[in-house]
Amino acid sequence: MNGIVRISADAAARACGAEQVVRAFEALGWTVERVSGWGMQWLEPLAEINGVGWGPVTAGRVADIAGGSADDLCIGPVAAHPFIAGQQRLTFARAGRTRPLSMEDYAATGGWAGLQRARSIGSALVLDEVIKSGLRGRGGAGFPAGIKWQTVASAAGPRKYIVCNADEGDSGTFADRMLMEGDPFALIEGMAIAAGAVGAQQGYIYLRSEYPDAIAVMRAAIDLAAQRIAPFRIEVRVGAGAYVCGEETSLLSSLEGKRGEVRAKPPLPALEGLFGCPTVVNNVLTLAAVPHILSEGGAAMYADLGMGRSRGTMPIQIAGNVKYGGLHETAFGVTLRELVHEIGGGTASGRAVKAVQVGGPLGAYIHPGDFDIPFDYEAYAAADALIGHGGIVVFDDTADMAALARFAMQFCAAESCGKCTPCRIGSVRGMEIIERIVNGGRKADAVEVLPQMHNVRAAARGLEEQVALLEDLCETMKFGSLCALGGFTPYPVLSALRHWPEDFGLVQAAMA
Amino acid sequence: MDLRSRKGRFTLPDAMDRIDAIVARHADREGPLLPILHDVQAQLGAIDAQAETRIAHLLNLTRAEVHGVASFYHDFKAQADPRPVIQVCRAEACQARGIEAMMPAVTHAAGARVRVETVYCLGLCSVGPNARIGDELYARLDEDALTKLVTGA
Repeated sequence: MNGIVRISADAAARACGAEQVVRAFEALGWTVERVSGWGMQWLEPLAEINGVGWGPVTAGRVADIAGGSADDLCIGPVAAHPFIAGQQRLTFARAGRTRPLSMEDYAATGGWAGLQRARSIGSALVLDEVIKSGLRGRGGAGFPAGIKWQTVASAAGPRKYIVCNADEGDSGTFADRMLMEGDPFALIEGMAIAAGAVGAQQGYIYLRSEYPDAIAVMRAAIDLAAQRIAPFRIEVRVGAGAYVCGEETSLLSSLEGKRGEVRAKPPLPALEGLFGCPTVVNNVLTLAAVPHILSEGGAAMYADLGMGRSRGTMPIQIAGNVKYGGLHETAFGVTLRELVHEIGGGTASGRAVKAVQVGGPLGAYIHPGDFDIPFDYEAYAAADALIGHGGIVVFDDTADMAALARFAMQFCAAESCGKCTPCRIGSVRGMEIIERIVNGGRKADAVEVLPQMHNVRAAARGLEEQVALLEDLCETMKFGSLCALGGFTPYPVLSALRHWPEDFGLVQAAMA
Repeated sequence: MDLRSRKGRFTLPDAMDRIDAIVARHADREGPLLPILHDVQAQLGAIDAQAETRIAHLLNLTRAEVHGVASFYHDFKAQADPRPVIQVCRAEACQARGIEAMMPAVTHAAGARVRVETVYCLGLCSVGPNARIGDELYARLDEDALTKLVTGA
């Protein structure tokens, strides 16, 4: 019996072989509906028939599924799966349930209601509701979105812009990609609401070139929604492989057609942003959370979730060496232990968890002893860590933390925009110091031992001195860098050094 | 410009004509340089000194300004490389899933025939290690699958 099967068109599903599965179903005469991904990526490609899911499917098992005999792959009703049922999905409410480019599906699931209401209540009330919802920037800095919007709204300028930061370069993060590929109209609606609230006419989505699928979907969605959001216009601009362009001032430089160099703040982009005009720069997830907040009663509901000053939900991305990797949107306050062991199911390799990096390449490595820390901007900051864009990368006990610390410095050196010295040169020196620590200290070089070098100490530098030097350097980078790239690279380095000194060959050395 | 319209002509349009057409197409955008460079890179395979000079002339910039931008971004190349390219993600999430141990075999399989580029994150971090060839993405790679991709590139 032939019917309708729903298979995700998300890049993660496609990379796992969804296209072959689609062709196999079509060859059997089935109708295939391409939907967004549920975010259960260990099950991709996931085939859904009448609400019941099978995964991970290979083309060879399609006939079994069609014939009703693939019970080993069956996960039962998808929406009731514990991974999905345990979440509080607001931003990702449509994930898995709608066709990404279907205007009917979007409207049928509450789409455009936020924009319509925003237009009817006027910009002052919109700003008020966004502030009251407690929504904070989801890109990493966690700045209150409503305050930013208000600054732009009250700034004077010939033009104003809404810029969406879709340069999701952090390793371990994919929520922006999933949202743009799966629910593009939500982002468009969020941008249109922001535009109405601050008085902007033009919006840009700065999307990284590593996301070809998201670029195609966003462009198609913008064409379809052009009438809805008029006179506001949105254009997708494609990045060119520079990680630092995820930093807002660097992103603005890049949009202007310049080198993606960081600018000093102030002036804030809210006052002098793109082409010198007042500009809202928000992350994809921030803007996509807005339609829900602006729906009837949405702001109060959003503010009721979460803990402390972190209100609402956070789409957390569980990645790396983890059994059940995917997207888990839930209210702030969840602990890493729950995320890694209960929801993520521990490591994919079955070995012990050694470390978890939270917040991308600039986030701290967190030791299993600290897994009770709640997911909250302030709690992480207090623990010398950051939640960043909400990506968590799990490592098993084969991970070499010294190598990862060195990689953090190497990555910073490769991606530094070059504008400020602590980042540009500090990262290279940091890499060298870590190498010297791992190699057991530093011997005096050929020049230093020359008899005429009176002022140079010929004795070898001990490990403690190298460690002190690394800590000093990290201090300089942290407080002297212009942006988060140089400023936060010390987090992974110092956390690795503090919690796993044995990986650096520092077992005896007294560590704080 | 797609391949068909190019094949329809008796001779390939001169590279400079194509740059002129690209710039004309983007001229009314705000800050058009990045879209222009993307198109030039895609059509000509590189942004060389001549191309920089031409773009600079058309946009009323100096060549230094255009070179500064073109050389800043990883996606733009100064010299065309006709070899097939495979991008392999070597960021933390793929390291956690074992990409580094596969790299010697990848480099060996690539030899001088295939260019292996490191990319930091394809956004498939829960199903790594990952690679990209053109606009095709590949996930859950082991050493065998990855070296096969390289030899088949």
